[in-house]
Amino acid sequence: MSITPERVAQIAKLARLELDDEKQRLFAGQFEDILSYMDTLNGLDTAGTEPLYSPVEQPTPLREDKAEKRFEREDIVSNAPETDGQFFIVPKIV
Amino acid sequence: MSFLYEKSLSEIRSQLLAKELTVTEVVEACLKRIEETEPSIQALISVQAEEALEQARAMDEAGPDESKPLWGIPLTVKDLLCTKGTKTTCGSKILENFEPFYDAFAIAKLKEAGAILIGKANMDEFAMGSSTENSAYKATKNPWDLNKVPGGSSGGSAASVTASQAFGTLGTDTGGSIRQPASLCGCVGIKPTYGRVSRRGMVAYGSSLDQIGPMTRSVEDNARMLQVIAGHDERDSTSVDVPVDDYLAALNREDLKGLKVGLPKEFWAEGLDGEVEAACRAAVAKLEELGAELVEVELPHSSYAIATYYIIAMAEASSNLARFDGVRYGYRSDNAQDLLDIYVKSRSEGFGDEVQRRIMLGTYVLSSGYYDAYYKKAAQVRRLIREDYLKALEQCDVLVGPASPVTAWNVGELTSDPLKMYLMDIYTISLNLAGLPGLSLPVGLGADSKMPVGLQLLGKEFDEATLYSVASLLEKNTEKLGTPAGL
Repeated sequence: MSITPERVAQIAKLARLELDDEKQRLFAGQFEDILSYMDTLNGLDTAGTEPLYSPVEQPTPLREDKAEKRFEREDIVSNAPETDGQFFIVPKIV
Repeated sequence: MSFLYEKSLSEIRSQLLAKELTVTEVVEACLKRIEETEPSIQALISVQAEEALEQARAMDEAGPDESKPLWGIPLTVKDLLCTKGTKTTCGSKILENFEPFYDAFAIAKLKEAGAILIGKANMDEFAMGSSTENSAYKATKNPWDLNKVPGGSSGGSAASVTASQAFGTLGTDTGGSIRQPASLCGCVGIKPTYGRVSRRGMVAYGSSLDQIGPMTRSVEDNARMLQVIAGHDERDSTSVDVPVDDYLAALNREDLKGLKVGLPKEFWAEGLDGEVEAACRAAVAKLEELGAELVEVELPHSSYAIATYYIIAMAEASSNLARFDGVRYGYRSDNAQDLLDIYVKSRSEGFGDEVQRRIMLGTYVLSSGYYDAYYKKAAQVRRLIREDYLKALEQCDVLVGPASPVTAWNVGELTSDPLKMYLMDIYTISLNLAGLPGLSLPVGLGADSKMPVGLQLLGKEFDEATLYSVASLLEKNTEKLGTPAGL
């Protein structure tokens, strides 16, 4: 596998990041090393092994479906970069 | 012990309850110690001096409350635990001004127990790193040698408690971030069983791996803190509802007769530094002298652990950190024109290099066409790794090995080679994949480096009590490391 700076730029786009040319080149080399290391897993036969996604394999606990007010609106918007006290504000979309 | 700040949490508690000390005196001693040591170790991102003193005066007025297990005890906590009204930066520029309006479950528990929070500890940005050099604010130094790293990512916490800035601290451990800095700085750190401590209010990195745990200067202090923060939380769906053992009661063991200690042969193999091995072997010999029976066990999939871990952790990170969009909280770029710009520019300007690397690698391993080859494959290997541990722990009560292959390395030594840095986590990360508990205990100084060495004790699910009982007895039979040489 070869990770090119162009490929790095493509991955960055998917991750909603943008990198300058120098960083694309730096990351390309580093990703190549890291992903080659990760490829060592291919040497292991895992056919028939169930994936383990969490060490706690309990079913998601359910509670009664009842609305409960835990937070105040003003608290929830208190850290927003732009707000009118009621809503999060972003540039006009349509 | 001549200085107040050097005492253990347990001693301070007795003296506060007996009114031999006031809370104000104790808080002032810690603040003074912070002033003295902070210029050299850089362990804290913020200090809550005013609030702490105010709280101390009110507590002195009200008088001691024995029902509160941490009454009047000053603590620091890692800066990715949400603290109501106090900035929580996660070591990142993107959360520079983030002020949570709620406390993390563990923080609320500490406060209910009467603890006083005096500082928020430095860390690798979003807990991604092994040396506390990846913080947007400062690089923490090791109290034993200011030219060396404290380990990470909870390096600020480890340095803070080792330098006696507070009587205990909380760290978080996703792949060793409590145990490795505890080992490198010479303090006691535990990563509890996954599900033992609620993760609510801990800013997530790898949700299936993260756990909060105490870091302290003694095993007893550690047990006291875990007792407070352990327990079920119905608002964290991965918190497990099993009874919490009495950890203090576990500390009274007089010998280790009947205890089987497993030595995973993969932990004592090539790559382990000579002085670390020597210090750890000496500690194992003590366990045997104390009556433990040693057995050799195998963890055959160990060599796959680092690759497995980084695939899973980066995948989870890319998903978790998608929440930083410059809209609801955190940094928003001034250079953004439209909504997409807000996302892209805020994230690119707000996240440091290591965080960007991990988000991107996580995005890659989850992307169409690569998911099965990387993420699913890693999840399969994860099951094999967990099964290895469960099998090994059928043959013994605890496993022991080194916490880190080397003692603390030089500042700047590994920053340009991320993969080499990842490989430092070799002895700690498989435990997070398995979800089991582990404790790092200082067992001596390296013969050449004169830097602390930690022995790691790994246990069965929800059996932190056995780890504490063994660690406590070993601690009593081990020479104390003494005052950190770098201060």
